[in-house]
Amino acid sequence: MKHETISKEHRAFLQKSRKKTGIVNAVRLGLLLLLLGLWELVTALNWADPFLVSSPSRIAKTIASLYREGTLFYHIGITLSETLIGFFAAILSGVLIALLLWWSETLRRILEPYIVVLNALPKIALGPLIIIWCGTGSRAIVFMTILVTVILVILHMLSAFLSADEGKVLLLKSMGANKAHILAKLVIPSSLPAFVSMLKVAVGMSWIGSIMGEYIVSRAGLGYLIVYGGQVFKLDLVMAATVILCFLAALMYFLVALLEKKLVKNKES
Amino acid sequence: MKEILAFDNVRLTYHTRQGEVTALKELTFSLGEGEFAAMIGPSGCGKSTILSLAAGLIKPSAGSVTLGGSIGYMLQRDELFPWRTIEKNLYLPLEVQKKNTPARRARALELAEQYGLSGFLKSYPSQLSGGMRQRAALIRTLVMEPDILLLDEPFSALDYQTRLLVAADVSRIIRSEKKAALLITHDISEAISLADRILVLTARPARLLASHETDFLSSDPLKRREEPRFSGWFETLWKELDP
Ligand SMILES: Nc1ncnc2c1ncn2[C@@H]1O[C@H](COP(=O)(O)OP(=O)(O)OP(=O)(O)O)[C@@H](O)[C@H]1O
Ligand SMILES: [Mg+2]
Repeated sequence: MKHETISKEHRAFLQKSRKKTGIVNAVRLGLLLLLLGLWELVTALNWADPFLVSSPSRIAKTIASLYREGTLFYHIGITLSETLIGFFAAILSGVLIALLLWWSETLRRILEPYIVVLNALPKIALGPLIIIWCGTGSRAIVFMTILVTVILVILHMLSAFLSADEGKVLLLKSMGANKAHILAKLVIPSSLPAFVSMLKVAVGMSWIGSIMGEYIVSRAGLGYLIVYGGQVFKLDLVMAATVILCFLAALMYFLVALLEKKLVKNKES
Repeated sequence: MKEILAFDNVRLTYHTRQGEVTALKELTFSLGEGEFAAMIGPSGCGKSTILSLAAGLIKPSAGSVTLGGSIGYMLQRDELFPWRTIEKNLYLPLEVQKKNTPARRARALELAEQYGLSGFLKSYPSQLSGGMRQRAALIRTLVMEPDILLLDEPFSALDYQTRLLVAADVSRIIRSEKKAALLITHDISEAISLADRILVLTARPARLLASHETDFLSSDPLKRREEPRFSGWFETLWKELDP
């Protein structure tokens, strides 16, 4: 809605709602600082053993020393590339498979039970198999990432493709449209919002996949740092890697959310 | 009058895993060039099926359907694509039929201009009122240059007031473009006010129960509703539908 002139009442409303957003943001930040401060205080006063719970300053120091040793970006780079390769490969193959399943009802009916079982299966159970097939390098981890993510992509996109409006299909057919037309003019554009919301979930899944993969096989990466830190009881390292992970996952999520804002605007019916 | 659509002894049976349903049986009727006919019948009797047959979307199980021209289909909901502007929606049939030429697009814009849509070309469907959207849907149908319009309860999603106005509007446009039309409706008074011929169907499986040529002085639906014979027609059809 566009208004040439904003009424006084509306301006007051906008001001109020802006103020509210401001308060929410301030309290959010305050809460974070408070928690960090408490954590630091509790460990500095030795009420809790920093050896067991680490502390913000120790985490910062650990990250700094990783940086000085030159391994910080090495580990980040490895995990990030595994995650991203797995993510994009899963999106690409998942969308293609969903398209095939949309295209052929017979294929869909044949493959349905396989997909259901694969979806229900905890993918980590395939760990040993993956090691045997792909070795213990990055390939195994990328494969695990794809495996964890791709089923979700398939199911999500297939349901979006299949929910294309019946009336619009009928309309297109009455214009003489074939299946390719229906796909290009209706099914794909109407699935765009579902595609973007799927991306958001897939981001989370691919991090699960890559870290899980690193737990099982890796010799480098953030997941490796966490496992290694746990084994030698270096909780600072575990926490530092976790914090970096949080940061990266959030960053990727926000990038997708930004993409969503760009793609899905002004287009709701 | 030359026939543009003819159903001859048509039967249609739907087969599904749940069983079979015979929607039409021994259905025979025809429509002339430029003729505006309405079809009424009990709900679920097979009216939409008749349009699907006429449009060639399904084949009859028995009998024959002869179509002497191209069709344009208009549905209960406007089915405008929400991610396209009104202008792009008008081009949709051209894109599908590979007729997306500058001349055809110019013709589409001309129709939009002629029927008061030019101010909305850059708008998205969600920004238009229900009546405007239905008008846009009609223009999109006309862009295909159809010889016969198939209208499946195109006004039933609108509220009563809008419905009367949009029906009058659509009827005026169809008549000025001299198109044949087959209108399906649940609403007896809508059928009487719009059509020159009214086909009454039986309950499923649908057959033709009666065919009436109406005898109104005006072709304007709103004026027809004021003519004295309107209520006479209403009564006749009411009795036929509810024996
Ligand atoms: N694709 C289909 N498969 C199986 N049965 C169908 C199919 N389409 C319609 N039918 C059945 O055929 C019968 C006639 O359907 P149709 O939609 O033609 O009726 P209608 O007169 O348009 O109904 P309404 O008044 O609700 O619009 C109904 O009993 C319906 O259940
Ligand atoms: Mg119907």
